[in-house]
Amino acid sequence: MDWTALWLSLRLAAWTVIFLLPVAVFAGRFLAYRKFRGKGVAEALVMLPLVLPPTVFGFYLLLAFGADSPLGQFWTATFGQPLVFSFQGLLLASIIFNLPFAIQPTQRGFEAVPIDVREAAACCGMSPWRSLWQVELPLAWPGLLTAMVLTFAHTLGEFGIVLMVGGSIPGETKTIAIAIYDRVQGFDDQGAATMSAVLVAISLFTITVTYWLSARVGRRLS
Amino acid sequence: MALEVMVRTRATIPLDLAFRVEPGELLALVGHSGSGKTTVLRTIAGLWRPALARVQVNGSTWLDTAAGVEQPTHRRRVGVVFQNYALFPHLTAAQNVASAIDHLRGPRRRIEAERLLELVSLQGLGQRKPAQLSGGEQQRVAVARALARRPEALLLDEPFSAVDRKTRDKLYAEIIALRAHLAMPAVLVTHDMNEAQLLADRMVVIDAGRMVAEGSTGAVMSNPDALRAMGIREAAAMLPAIIDRHEPDGMTRLTTSAGNLWLPTVDAAPGARLRVRIMAHEVMLARARPEGLSAQNILPARIIDLQPGDGPAVLIRLALGEDEILARVTHRAVASLNLQAGDEIHAVLKSMSIARDHVTAG
Repeated sequence: MDWTALWLSLRLAAWTVIFLLPVAVFAGRFLAYRKFRGKGVAEALVMLPLVLPPTVFGFYLLLAFGADSPLGQFWTATFGQPLVFSFQGLLLASIIFNLPFAIQPTQRGFEAVPIDVREAAACCGMSPWRSLWQVELPLAWPGLLTAMVLTFAHTLGEFGIVLMVGGSIPGETKTIAIAIYDRVQGFDDQGAATMSAVLVAISLFTITVTYWLSARVGRRLS
Repeated sequence: MALEVMVRTRATIPLDLAFRVEPGELLALVGHSGSGKTTVLRTIAGLWRPALARVQVNGSTWLDTAAGVEQPTHRRRVGVVFQNYALFPHLTAAQNVASAIDHLRGPRRRIEAERLLELVSLQGLGQRKPAQLSGGEQQRVAVARALARRPEALLLDEPFSAVDRKTRDKLYAEIIALRAHLAMPAVLVTHDMNEAQLLADRMVVIDAGRMVAEGSTGAVMSNPDALRAMGIREAAAMLPAIIDRHEPDGMTRLTTSAGNLWLPTVDAAPGARLRVRIMAHEVMLARARPEGLSAQNILPARIIDLQPGDGPAVLIRLALGEDEILARVTHRAVASLNLQAGDEIHAVLKSMSIARDHVTAG
């Protein structure tokens, strides 16, 4: 059992969720409520990581993070280390490829808040910020929760992109999914089986908790 | 403290109107669905911005497109009762009301929310969620929430359309009672002429975005333009009356300024002041006092004027004691009775022609 890889995966998943939470709230709410030109294009762009092969997506991220790219140069100049093949680079890639998993369910959550209820919040004197905290989030949070669980579980399982931008550096970019692949390549079926079972257990647990919470919210609101 | 509104726009829905509502006054914006009345209300609340509009309340400007002034909704002190109430489903009734109280903090806020719930007779139900309340109770929570901000303008968007008839009658009576406590200008949007006439002091009739009539409810109800827009069968007048006594045969005797009026049992104590909506097409006219007639109400009246309509009917304004009612009869009847302004005649009204929801506390 590769505990380092598991711990790395959990850390990566947790940080991805933490960074994506505000992004999902902002972008999901914006897409849910606003009508603007090019909204269809914006929604398609958000969904793009879902349909692109991970290798293709990973390849572009590798180019964008590389030492020759403006981002790569900026990163090296600021933090003194390259972005590719680092935990930070992996986290940035993870945030980007999880955008559809975070934004889409959040958008659906905000869309489920009736428009007259939002208008009522404004008519009750609530600023947009207060309305978000007191009315919209309490009503949209099943969507937000789904988004975060999907993001977490998907980060644990992502393989292709991690391999492309992260490589397989133990303790830095070697996630549990990569570790399992390594074990299989090294004919360590026993190790691969143990780690796979742990991953299944973690995923099952998170999703069960989500469903349980959503059901409770559903009862609370009806 | 008055509310002044001017809207002129062609986009989405053509609108061209201006009106003023005095403090404590309730103005009904009446029109068919699609006439633009709700859009006017949304403009006042800041939920919609027309191309050219001005909304001023209490001397301060909420919206003036020409001057580039626009306050966002949450900075306008409005109280809005939405058509489907739009209560916050995750909050209790008391929390719904408290969420709109921004001038008090802590326990005083809770006490104020309870006081408002009491004002709309919902004491003891504060801990219920909206889903655990009946339609009528939800509407009352919405009214309490709208008042919680101490609004400078109270806006009611078809607030009675989602409840059954019986509940509606009760809510009418409560709104009438509540109005005694309210000092702000109020606007009621409705398509129901009965509702407008029962509740409002003044009416603005909107047809296809244009203001076709404006004035006191009594005046608007005999205004040919208003009746053309709303349907001539809506012509009616409100007759003030006081309950005299309940008869054992299921009738109630009322006193009006022109004499007694018998109605099917009215649910109020003797001495109670009422207003009775008399539909113009239910009133018959007679030159001489008729004998051997089943109709129980025969009152002496004087013709004020006659307004020929577009169709076969004439709308006649009648002085009935100190009050006025309307009668709608055919041209043929006017000709055969030779009815003219100033004539003393008799107005005949069947007791059974007065619907229960056309009688209200006055």
